[in-house]
Amino acid sequence: MNSFFSHIRDSDFDALKRSIESATKDRVRRAIRQTQSGDDDVLAVFSPAAGEFLEDMAVRAAAVTERRFGKTIQLYAPLYLSNECSNACVYCGFSCDSEMPRISLTLDQALADADKLYMEGFRHILLLTGESPNRYGVEQIREVAKALNGKFSSISIEVFPMKARDYKTLESAGVDALTLYQETYDPRLYKKLHPKGPKSNYEMRLAAIEEGGQAGFRSLGVGALLGLRDWRCEAVMLARHARYLSRRFWKSRVAVSFPRLNPALAGFEAPHPVSDAHLVQMITGMRLLLPDADLVLSTREPAALRDNIIGLGVTRMSAGSRTNPGGYVTELDSGQQFAVADQRPPAQVAAMIESRGFEPVWKDFDPVFLQGSRS
Amino acid sequence: MTHEKDDVLVIAGEIFNSRLLIGTGKFRSSVLMAEAIEASGSGLATMALRRVDLNSPDDSMMNHLDPKKYKLLPNTSGARDADEAVRLAKMARAAGGFTWIKLEVTPEPNYMLPDPVETLKAARQLVKLGFTVLPYMNADPILAKHLEEAGCATVMPLAAPIGSNRGLRTKDQIAIIIEQANVPVVVDAGLGMPSHAAESMEMGADAVLVNTAVAIADDPVEMARAFAMGVKAGRMAYLAGAGGESRLARASSPLTGFLNSGDSNTK
Repeated sequence: MNSFFSHIRDSDFDALKRSIESATKDRVRRAIRQTQSGDDDVLAVFSPAAGEFLEDMAVRAAAVTERRFGKTIQLYAPLYLSNECSNACVYCGFSCDSEMPRISLTLDQALADADKLYMEGFRHILLLTGESPNRYGVEQIREVAKALNGKFSSISIEVFPMKARDYKTLESAGVDALTLYQETYDPRLYKKLHPKGPKSNYEMRLAAIEEGGQAGFRSLGVGALLGLRDWRCEAVMLARHARYLSRRFWKSRVAVSFPRLNPALAGFEAPHPVSDAHLVQMITGMRLLLPDADLVLSTREPAALRDNIIGLGVTRMSAGSRTNPGGYVTELDSGQQFAVADQRPPAQVAAMIESRGFEPVWKDFDPVFLQGSRS
Repeated sequence: MTHEKDDVLVIAGEIFNSRLLIGTGKFRSSVLMAEAIEASGSGLATMALRRVDLNSPDDSMMNHLDPKKYKLLPNTSGARDADEAVRLAKMARAAGGFTWIKLEVTPEPNYMLPDPVETLKAARQLVKLGFTVLPYMNADPILAKHLEEAGCATVMPLAAPIGSNRGLRTKDQIAIIIEQANVPVVVDAGLGMPSHAAESMEMGADAVLVNTAVAIADDPVEMARAFAMGVKAGRMAYLAGAGGESRLARASSPLTGFLNSGDSNTK
């Protein structure tokens, strides 16, 4: 079976940029109207020409989202287990070149953090680590997942890339969803941003989400870190990647995240900052192309933007997040991956969602689904 | 001839005064959901097991669904195969005492079309385990017969993909299912407007199930009421012999009655 990498190998990013920029207004109008999109539509919705049709895109995206997902927003919380990392991603707080003190939570510490999230109402939890499998690996993640399974309705992971066999181990422990960002789809830029460590291998990282698909995760999450490169090319590649995954792993739902580097908070100057208007174009465009995908917006984004974007395509949001291991209870001041912009407590975010005419959904899965695959 | 006033829906021996079944997902709040169900007059409300916590007394959805007003029908939505659906059903019985199950096996998360092979497999197992099974299915008349023979209490063919609001796209197939069925036929999924519900009932469907169209309406309570009226109108039209076709026995044969009058030689 060929992988999505074969699509990348053929991609000339400069030519891609020219194709996106050449989309006409008529082509954009057609892309907004369509009910079954092709690759021309992918180029059109992210084009400069589509910028003039933001309101039309938003109206259509809202209607498509509402039909498919109803008036609901699913809530989840991240739980960072370790900030040990042997990569040196130039934009990341966990980079091994940073002086940050390293910490990996003990099982008890992880459960203490999880308890806090449970008390706040969360039933969907996302486990995160850096990439240092020798210090914090599959076995440690498995222990945490096993301990949380049953208490939490859904356990997702956003950790280092693995092979299908290791993913299957975690799936058997109760993990049902995988998220893995490629960061940038441009291989040349990728090389510059990820100079060392296992992550410097572009192809291996890209292949991992497919390993997860083979392991049977019910949700496969992809994303590009916005601000590293011209966002239009990333959006096109992301949409193509998502479409590829949903065709190949037809039993898994695809999720797309929109992590935007915030220049003021990241400690790293984003070379290509993405404006609010462009973020909205990307989210609504993605909804038109992927009517059934989960679209995810985290607390990286400021409260005002998150409030206003509800209804335009986003279906899943985090709330009250801490991006440092132990940040909820036991290690309040450990080093964080990135600064959180929306610092409101979960109850306040839930109340905001209600005030916008949506129901905050805390539980939308059941561990009973997975019991058969448990070993 | 049956009259509308004493026309009831009977599923597995239980009587329901309304022929509208209603789903509880996608509403903007649990309060609004409860109001809409009330307004629909429905006696049978489905709920997704993946959304509720049967072990928690504080579960928001369960707290707003009054089991005295309507029967709750848990569904296995999200199940990708027979094993998962059967496990969910067992959990519903163990944790909530539910013995009726709306069986949904939808391995593909986008259109959420029902898997015929796994649905039939699950139906057989669940019937054997003593459940009353109401299976969601594609509008396939042969599958409907298999599910009926497996012991299902109804068949529930889709009108169009779930949540699509596209109306009776599978009309011809559903007509065959209705013609051949020995259990109630509930048209499920894809009905977007009360006129779609009416059209289903005019054809002779025993009931319809609606969720998205009500839940995402600007005014779900009014839309629930409108669907109730659509269902009623369609049923009345069916009983009145709409469309020149009726499966009901007639008291007399106005055109050929003379054959039995004694004056005519029918030999």
